[in-house]
Amino acid sequence: MNATPDASLVLRDLTVSYHSPGRPAVRAVAGVDLRVEPGQVVGLVGESGCGKSTLGKAAVGLLKPASGSVEFAGAPVTPLGLKPRPPAQRGLQMVFQDPYASLNPRRKIGEQISDAVVLSGGTRADGRALARELLDRVGLSAEFAERFPHEFSGGQRQRIAIARVLAADPSCIVADEPIAALDASAQASIANLLLDLARERGVGLLFISHDLSIVRQIADTVAVMYLGTVVESGPTDQVWDDPRHPYSRALISAVPRADGNGELPQDLPGDVPDPAFPPSGCRFHPRCPIAVDACADAEPEPTEFLPGRRAACSVLAPALLKIG
Amino acid sequence: MNDTISARAGGPLLDIRDLVVELPGPDGTPLRALDGVNLTVERGEIVGLAGESGSGKTMTALALLGLLPQGGTARGEMRVEGRDVLSMTPRQVRDLRGNKVAMVFQDPMTSLHPMLSVGKQLTEHLRHHKKLGKKAANARAAELLATVRIPDPEQALKRYPHQFSGGMRQRIAIAVALACDPDLLLADEPTTALDVTVQAGILRLLDRLRRENGLSVLIITHDLGVMSALADRVSVMYAGRIAETGPRAEVLRTPRHPYTRGLLDALPHPGAGTTALLPIPGSPPKLGLAPSGCAFHPRCPFAVDACAGDRPELLPLTEAHATACPVDPLADRTSPETETTEAGAR
Repeated sequence: MNATPDASLVLRDLTVSYHSPGRPAVRAVAGVDLRVEPGQVVGLVGESGCGKSTLGKAAVGLLKPASGSVEFAGAPVTPLGLKPRPPAQRGLQMVFQDPYASLNPRRKIGEQISDAVVLSGGTRADGRALARELLDRVGLSAEFAERFPHEFSGGQRQRIAIARVLAADPSCIVADEPIAALDASAQASIANLLLDLARERGVGLLFISHDLSIVRQIADTVAVMYLGTVVESGPTDQVWDDPRHPYSRALISAVPRADGNGELPQDLPGDVPDPAFPPSGCRFHPRCPIAVDACADAEPEPTEFLPGRRAACSVLAPALLKIG
Repeated sequence: MNDTISARAGGPLLDIRDLVVELPGPDGTPLRALDGVNLTVERGEIVGLAGESGSGKTMTALALLGLLPQGGTARGEMRVEGRDVLSMTPRQVRDLRGNKVAMVFQDPMTSLHPMLSVGKQLTEHLRHHKKLGKKAANARAAELLATVRIPDPEQALKRYPHQFSGGMRQRIAIAVALACDPDLLLADEPTTALDVTVQAGILRLLDRLRRENGLSVLIITHDLGVMSALADRVSVMYAGRIAETGPRAEVLRTPRHPYTRGLLDALPHPGAGTTALLPIPGSPPKLGLAPSGCAFHPRCPFAVDACAGDRPELLPLTEAHATACPVDPLADRTSPETETTEAGAR
């Protein structure tokens, strides 16, 4: 571990809103607490439209929070503007979903990787040397530095994007669906590469994905998001084996297993509601199998029922605390 | 002549034999995309076609519909109800498409017309192929939307694709495919773009259509979980050939081809904890660049020298289970690549 212990990413009661004319503000993230410590892999899962990408963007300062705070290494993360970010925030980096869109098609990849070194005051020559080293580190040939993005496959491009992030010597990486656009075999190797960074270099990793089975495999803790709120969080194994919140249960039992048993996965009826008009009270109550009338009134608070395990469900709360 | 005999004998609904598809390469020389594919689908059966992208799964479906890319040629036999598709006139193939065989694609946003209402897209088929009047077509269209569980079908007919969520759009695409009562539905990665909860709904819908309407489905997917949930039989493709085929439970529980084994090992394993995943090293060969002998041998942990020599044929292990590999990856020799998985699974 070469990162300092305080290089944590901490989100406190984070709210992010989108405004469009003629419509009410959409609270895409509606009050989320989340913590990513150095060397820790935190998985953030949920259906599309639940706000997980918005949360990722706010976490690195690409979006301005409406309320709440984002802190990295003890200092607030300032939203990115025209000025360069404070040097202390360069340790917080992001990997995007689409490596076709996140690399500049007209520049050699070695140059793109070396930018981080030049920005932090080094020479271009230093940067080029580091680029070759990093290409090797992410499993590509150092010779590739002279090539352009279009010469690579999707999996290779994502490795290049990761090499570029590593050039900034990050202590925390936010990866938003980093493997969703890749082939199955490339998915596993990119997930492994990110996992290695956390294990070997002590980098904190916020791994945002709709693919529960990958998150289950690589994340230490997992947070399940529904319509802007985290409904359940805890150590991955525990959440997976014994999900408590009805939404986490539904999500996990919808994953088909390749065991040859021919069992159809469980269906969760209904769609994610329009975040501009979220249901009152608990946002999951219209689709919830155990909802009672009171669920439409009050929004449930997350309850810690076991060390490190939280769930936000007012129906379960009394029972959870007793079992816990 | 042959046609009538096999139709009477009540053979499989779809019977593909020795299908070879060639596509023109950059310099005009033909490149083999499919190299002797055999595949059958019985009535009311769901058959899964698995493999990495580029293995020829989609090409098989496109050949059947006469929709090969420009300059592509197909040889061999493709029989639907005993009639050979390859000897049909373009007009006959067009009638086959829609009436007998229909297709659902991965991305419903590109297969549905964005500027036409859902009702227009559904009734167009019904009026053209089934010669229904306007009123009858509308009634049938609403019925189809109800079949795929679109809430408030009458209203839904007036709306446009962008007004629906991804899962609802895929249901509409399935309704369009079902409009002319096809016997066989080709579903190409129908749930890959969807969330797991929505995917579960689509898988249940396909299973219900099979049970209630006797629909046959050829589902093309790289997701072995989807395969395991839905398919009765599974064929695994690699580099334009079938590597392994057999009943779902046999192929997924006791895979006999190292490639099938590799695909299964690459999946996250329940109970394995936070361990690394085990991808198959390397990537599938590019079109026209398949290695000699067994095309999988450069990536295969079990490969021996002979694998680069003669190309292994698909040979039966049991009545229904066949593999194109003489090596048994489950035999009593653990390869270094598999040890971690097994230790983790225990």
